[in-house]
Amino acid sequence: MADIKIPAGSFKPLTQDTHEAQEKISAPSLTFTQDALRRLKQNKVAVVSLIVLLIVMLAALLAPVIAPQSPNTQNVAYANLPPKIGSGNIPGFTGKMNVGGVEVDKYQQAGVPKGKTFILGTDYLGRDLLSRILYGTRLSLLIGILATLVDLLIGIPYGIVSGWRGGRLDMFMQRVTEIISSIPNLIVVVLMMLVLRPGLLSIVIAIGFTGWITMARLIRAQTFQLKEQEFVLAARTLGESSTKIAWKHLIPNLSSTIIIQTMFTIPSAIFFEAFLSFIGIGIPAPNASLGTLLSDGQKAFRFLPYQMWYPAAVLCVIMIAVNLLADGLRDAFDPKS
Amino acid sequence: MDKDKKVLVSVKHLKQYFSQGKKSEVKAIDDVSFEIYEGETFGLVGESGSGKSTTGRSIIRLYNPTDGEILFDGRDISKIKNHSREMKAFRKEIQMIFQDPYASLNPRMKVKDIIAEGLHIHHLVKNEAECDARVNELLELVGLNKDHATRYPHEFSGGQRQRIGIARALAVKPKFIIADEPISALDVSIQAQVVNLMKEIQEQQNLTYLFIAHDLSMVKYISDRIAVMHNGKIMELAPADDIYNRPLHPYTQSLLSAVPLPDPKIERQRRRIDYDHAIEADNTDRQLREVADEHYVYATEAELASYQTANAAMMTPPA
Amino acid sequence: MANILEVKHLSIDFKTYAGNVHAIRDVSFNLKKGETLAIVGESGSGKSVTVRSIMGLLAGNAHIKGGTIKYHDEDLLQKPEQEMNALRGSDIAMIFQDPMTSLDPTMPIGKQVAEPLLIHKTMNKEEAMKRAQSVLELVGIPNAKARMKDYPHQFSGGQRQRIVIAIAIVDYPQILIADEPTTALDVTVQAQIIDLMKELQRKIETSIIFITHDLGVVAGIADRVAVMYAGKIIEYGLVDEIFYEPKHPYTWGLLNSMPTLDTAGRLEAIPGTPPDLLDPPKGDAFAPRNPYALQIDVEQEPPFFQVSKTHFAATWLLHPDAPSVEPPAAVRAMMAKYQAAQVQAKVGTIDG
Repeated sequence: MADIKIPAGSFKPLTQDTHEAQEKISAPSLTFTQDALRRLKQNKVAVVSLIVLLIVMLAALLAPVIAPQSPNTQNVAYANLPPKIGSGNIPGFTGKMNVGGVEVDKYQQAGVPKGKTFILGTDYLGRDLLSRILYGTRLSLLIGILATLVDLLIGIPYGIVSGWRGGRLDMFMQRVTEIISSIPNLIVVVLMMLVLRPGLLSIVIAIGFTGWITMARLIRAQTFQLKEQEFVLAARTLGESSTKIAWKHLIPNLSSTIIIQTMFTIPSAIFFEAFLSFIGIGIPAPNASLGTLLSDGQKAFRFLPYQMWYPAAVLCVIMIAVNLLADGLRDAFDPKS
Repeated sequence: MDKDKKVLVSVKHLKQYFSQGKKSEVKAIDDVSFEIYEGETFGLVGESGSGKSTTGRSIIRLYNPTDGEILFDGRDISKIKNHSREMKAFRKEIQMIFQDPYASLNPRMKVKDIIAEGLHIHHLVKNEAECDARVNELLELVGLNKDHATRYPHEFSGGQRQRIGIARALAVKPKFIIADEPISALDVSIQAQVVNLMKEIQEQQNLTYLFIAHDLSMVKYISDRIAVMHNGKIMELAPADDIYNRPLHPYTQSLLSAVPLPDPKIERQRRRIDYDHAIEADNTDRQLREVADEHYVYATEAELASYQTANAAMMTPPA
Repeated sequence: MANILEVKHLSIDFKTYAGNVHAIRDVSFNLKKGETLAIVGESGSGKSVTVRSIMGLLAGNAHIKGGTIKYHDEDLLQKPEQEMNALRGSDIAMIFQDPMTSLDPTMPIGKQVAEPLLIHKTMNKEEAMKRAQSVLELVGIPNAKARMKDYPHQFSGGQRQRIVIAIAIVDYPQILIADEPTTALDVTVQAQIIDLMKELQRKIETSIIFITHDLGVVAGIADRVAVMYAGKIIEYGLVDEIFYEPKHPYTWGLLNSMPTLDTAGRLEAIPGTPPDLLDPPKGDAFAPRNPYALQIDVEQEPPFFQVSKTHFAATWLLHPDAPSVEPPAAVRAMMAKYQAAQVQAKVGTIDG
């Protein structure tokens, strides 16, 4: 030990009080939300998805402001014009089309005044496609959000009650969900059409009728686990009422499941509406949704592919972004990751 | 133990069956009776599946007992309805300290809100300031400080979390605390801290404990009397020293022989005694019988005599 | 005895959002052939990280800052993943804490036990199944031949842990690492498993690294003991030296905070909590909790002082200039009991 220099007085007993220091926590205090956000930020894909989604939602929300034209104004003279930006120098947005091997300037043919362009072209009734996509996205997102609300308002309470009470009530409630989920969605929609006029309301009711079942099942399973957790038992031994336990202990701990499941509900609702509109029982004309646009677009797909590509691209972007964000959120809410 | 000590909790023929009447019926507690005196620590030991934790949870009415009586302070609390006014009053009298310091605190709540939960439920504080003061007082009592109140449970170590759990239980000023394996998930050096804290608080506030554990050396240390449970029944019940110095039931002997001791010499000479379950299987009338003063063994009338001689033999110091 | 494993100056950090956690700080030890080394420490002391680094099973955010782990003159830390795979389960095997999650619930146990042999192509399927059966018999599964086709849920907790052990030893590993293998078990089952491990060690001549926080278990199984605190080994020596002549105040504290069956009065707990390894204190990491702390403890880290040929402790109390202090009462009692026994033994031999 000769190589270690020891100052004089080193071997005096230490007298300072160290109790405070021992109980100190040096890591910065993070709430659960902060912790989740931190993990979400590490996931670049999810962050990009979130930004893309925000842009899409903003565009949809501001559709009345930013749409160049009214989405339902028809002008048969301007029907089926291809996309054109400015004076038509950008490839793909030239306003020209290949008809029988000859490059034709459609805008000239239709007699569109100089300076008037349709960025994404027009449909078979001469309606501006960009405006229709903006309004269509708005409607589709609205359907997604309404479906989510149904999910939250029915699925969560149903799942919590079923899981928390357990026993016979749970058995009964589970049978009910099984019966409902065994009825194909399409049949519900078709029956609904008989009673209600086709439109937003009947689609939302149809989606809502079965949509909450997955949420209810997930919440029930989680509640079953949570109610055996010691912190819930502790709340019970303190005499906390069941409603309070649900609000203070269950829902905060179910929040990750709820958010993630919601993120999966939104795209599936949008997709379901698109599907209904595509087969012709969705949103009635002349209103646009992503589904009706696709349905219209596919009719002339071979000759006018752009009429389907653009709405399809928007739908895909929304779907992919929501799914990737959902994945990111799931990881972010899992403290073990 | 004085005979004239006041009985605080009296469990009579308690039965707790799960999935009753079905094929999967489990007799978690099968006719258990014991008494806990005011101010004492009653230890309940057994292995997993012995029904020791279920007993604690039945007494605190997390379960509805299948049969039997639980007298608390002279009142039968085994049949009061959930969510009744009586139940709410009872919830203030008995509290529980849980096993898993990681699962027993709501991860989404601040320490302050966790501790204050009971205060709000039973309207023990009038306003926020009073609540804060009481929370800080409780934190101090368990050796933490007020800076910890605004933090979340995951920032604390296991021992600190367990102390937060103790503070939560103490918030409503209970008379009786059931500690369900409160130290088995903690490190050795921290176990002693928590046990010492529990002892200090017991003396300070004249609490009565039911201490449930599988760690026999710690139970011996903290308890005044001990009951050994096995398969939902109490095998032996006696003052702590008697259980360790004069274990009579073969199950108790087997359990004691398996306790590892921090002494290599003893460990090298240790012989395990295996418990033969066959002795219980002869369908004769067994019940807890008093072998010596305050020392009960689960036995038949015939076995009682042999236990008595065994006990007497152990009483006389070897020549 | 030859060293089969030599760990030198191992340092490992974990990267977290709050900074680097210095989980292992300059750890050195060796494992002799055929012995059982117990590593004792609290959670977070780095004992599990140490053995996981031997197995090459560290989490993704671990960063090995330095050191070597020598096995047969090769540094395991430098080995590529493929070669480590070949070693794992054959030369070096590990038993984990939870018997329920260590077994695949969908595979019959015979197949699970034979699997390491088939993965490492040690033998063909028939021989492997035969070996699996003999190992299951060895670990005391009654009627092993018939039960090879049973699934994990058909066994009790203690039996499942026996099966986990069987999987670990089926290829007769040189080194068996047991990470708290009995913590999740009842005391009676724990005692059986410890007896079993001792017996197996004699039979297949393996070296065991046994990780635990339970000093009672250590006393029963270890030949040598290393005590870890805050990412460092602070005392090591033969099991009797650690229990009967402990030198480090932390070891005193540990021994003191365990009630023996004749502890009366107050338990002497170690105050406070272990330090945060994000920001380990300067000097001796135990100083803030150490009632015997000296001024120098907060200034300089103590080196290892030699107590005997086999016994080392890192505490300034062993420095010749340090004041002599009395260990706590319970430790003194143990030491006295031991010395009395030594004297008695001597008297005995003289008499004989």
